[in-house]
Amino acid sequence: MDNKKGFLQYRNPADFLPLVLLPLWFLLYRNLQDLTDLLVYDLLNLQKGTHLTESLWFFVFEVPKVLLLLALIIFAVGIVRTYFSPERTRKALEGKSLFTGNVMAASLGIVTPFCSCSAIPLFLGFIESGIPLGVTFSFLIAAPMINEVAVVLLFGLFGWKTALIYVVTGLSIAIISGWIIGRLHLEKWVEPWVYELKAGDHPDDEKLTFSQRIMMGYTAVKEIVGKVWLYVTLGVAVGAGVHGYVPQDFMASFMGKSVWYSVPVSVLVGIPLYSNAAGIIPIVSALIGKGAALGTALAFMMAVIGLSLPEMIILRKVLKLPLIFTFIGVVGTGILVVGYLFNYIF
Amino acid sequence: MEIKILGTGCSNCKNLEKAAREAVAELNLDAAVVKEEDIVKIMGYGIMRTPALVVDEKVLVYGRVPSVSEIKEMLIKK
Repeated sequence: MDNKKGFLQYRNPADFLPLVLLPLWFLLYRNLQDLTDLLVYDLLNLQKGTHLTESLWFFVFEVPKVLLLLALIIFAVGIVRTYFSPERTRKALEGKSLFTGNVMAASLGIVTPFCSCSAIPLFLGFIESGIPLGVTFSFLIAAPMINEVAVVLLFGLFGWKTALIYVVTGLSIAIISGWIIGRLHLEKWVEPWVYELKAGDHPDDEKLTFSQRIMMGYTAVKEIVGKVWLYVTLGVAVGAGVHGYVPQDFMASFMGKSVWYSVPVSVLVGIPLYSNAAGIIPIVSALIGKGAALGTALAFMMAVIGLSLPEMIILRKVLKLPLIFTFIGVVGTGILVVGYLFNYIF
Repeated sequence: MEIKILGTGCSNCKNLEKAAREAVAELNLDAAVVKEEDIVKIMGYGIMRTPALVVDEKVLVYGRVPSVSEIKEMLIKK
């Protein structure tokens, strides 16, 4: 009696919110197409089939759809991430033999919470506890490249197969690149002070309650969607324009399979560019819709998301330039291979 | 009491500093709030994630930005 009252009394009301929000989400998601038809064809009375109408339809449909998907997945992933930490990952990676370490590091890179500002402390922490350079790189490659926002968007725009391919190839690139960098024994290109560093004992991991985990899920949604919604909207707007106005097969001429240089050009253009996943994917999807080959488009996206100028600048503090260039080169080549592979298969 | 914020300058670190100062002000504590941005010194605390909240050289929170009320609770306990 008293126990039951206590349970309800001290429970944070926010804990029960998902029970209400989830059915609402499904309701909205299922009806998006009908709602869009209603708005564009009936209410605004636009002529079906014209460039403007189709662009608008794409925009009105895709923006809420993408935002809904984002909110759901970021919430779920946010909660999963509370069960992981760089400290736990480091402990799990200590002492692992080379290739196993690469596989684990890449896999953990996907689920371990990682903000690029923590790249340096994380790198130092891994190296200092004896984790090999190559294994550390597998983590650093996987973490930004395999991005849950990208997975969601690819799933929403292309289906689960494409999303799965993205994760699998991203993992492969992270594992193999890290392994290669390890085998090249490039420790001499790490700034020497890194190896001289003696870090202090690390504090105990915080014990989180389930209530706190749910709150962190909400916070993640608020933060990420808050940061990204404008890019998503702009990205979809550009995608809508391409969808409605660019003639079919225009893209095929220079991003299509038959042009051998489309993959390397996409990768080279993508490397210096940096965008968050949300902004670039709707553009990529519209390009594919107009004839760009899947492999080329994927390669472009991975080059943009996975390798970024800001990240390289941050890493310059701990890595010498030759190593940074090697890093870019190995990962870039991996992306290139993936691009060609997919153009070949699909 | 010395409150130290460990961080290399990203927005989270600034938010933590702001929250910490607010907590100190609301509690009317006689505490100094300092920021440590040197990565070598930060590593001395053994953390792998910034930002971090250190009070009298003990790491209380790291890797996230706690709310002002949470910080106040932690400061009161000290």
